[in-house]
Amino acid sequence: MSETIPFRPYQPGTQPEYDTPAYGSTRKRHPMQRLQALPQTVTETTGPRFSALRFPPSEDLTTNTTGTAAIGERIIVAGAVMDENGRAVPDTMVEIWQANATGRYDHPGDQHDAPLDPNFRGAGRVFSDAEGRYRFLTIRPGAYPWPNHRNAWRPNHIHFSLFGPAFATRLVTQMYFPGDPLLAFDPIYQGTADSEARQRLVAAFDMDLTEADWALGYRFDIVLRGREATPMED
Amino acid sequence: MPIATASQTVGPFWHLLEDPTWADLTRFGAIGEKLTLTGTVIDGDGAPCTDACVEIWQADPPASDSFPGFGRSRTDARGEYRFVTIRPGPVPGRGNALQAPHIAICVMARGLMKGLVSRAYFHGEELNETDPLLTSIEQAARRDTLIAKPADPGVWRLDIRLQGDGETVFLDL
Repeated sequence: MSETIPFRPYQPGTQPEYDTPAYGSTRKRHPMQRLQALPQTVTETTGPRFSALRFPPSEDLTTNTTGTAAIGERIIVAGAVMDENGRAVPDTMVEIWQANATGRYDHPGDQHDAPLDPNFRGAGRVFSDAEGRYRFLTIRPGAYPWPNHRNAWRPNHIHFSLFGPAFATRLVTQMYFPGDPLLAFDPIYQGTADSEARQRLVAAFDMDLTEADWALGYRFDIVLRGREATPMED
Repeated sequence: MPIATASQTVGPFWHLLEDPTWADLTRFGAIGEKLTLTGTVIDGDGAPCTDACVEIWQADPPASDSFPGFGRSRTDARGEYRFVTIRPGPVPGRGNALQAPHIAICVMARGLMKGLVSRAYFHGEELNETDPLLTSIEQAARRDTLIAKPADPGVWRLDIRLQGDGETVFLDL
């Protein structure tokens, strides 16, 4: 049964470390003890299923708040969800959340002095199709300051949340934009050692996704952990 | 072969996704012994983490139309998460092993570059003595960080200490 096949370990250096001193909030929140190895069991190799009937898709963030168009540059964000074996991950829930065009989240904790847009909540949800593809229409999020260090600014980014087929494939990440000069200074983006792994967090401008007289297109492909080739050892 | 996308922190504003009803795994009419699982998420200074996203998953009872098996709870102003779910039974481990009843936990928060995975077991379960994960943890005090304790009737408490004294055992999957 494929459900009992464990997922491969992450490639060294391709995931950030809990202890990332340049990102100040990690200092009191990262574990000091070594993680306990856990050979995967049915608890880890299975996971929740979300159905579009119960969790309705909302793919257009530019109008999904009030019905009136939000302010800002419309963009299309689309891509494919696949696993490390190169297989499409179909029917998986993809959720995003983000700041508005001015760099402000519609969240009581965000005290940045930039205007809210009453027509932009900044949250959306879709399900990947049979080929693993997903697509959102949204507003390009603004950069914003944060208190990590003097003159700290988060690069433009969109938060992504995915589940995949198992508890072990849960992924929360952030998509960045090509050519953003703030990437070089951002401790969260820089917190992953492998430069190619970082680069894969940057969407590609895509003329084929771009729609004439409407919106620029950005492609962001997402890779979830893949299962080992063989069932786990007894 | 493609390589898995890097995790990035969930940050402090993940509540834009939040649906508070997700913390009640019995909301679709699940049948079984209801329980509340609650606790405080605590940082290395002993301060409550008030912006965390705590998720749970249990393989038993099996997910169905009436039981999602998955829940998500914010931590509140006191750092407390709170789930209502159905008490799990034992599930198979590797080989012939049987795992004691448990609920998988994933904590995400500002300051966590990736989710921290742990488990909640239940105090007083006989199978805890032979559970493959619990018995693989050498120090009894550390093992205890995974065992929820009865509080009020039907309420089980498990604090999650991210760092320092009493640090929760976190798992490498």
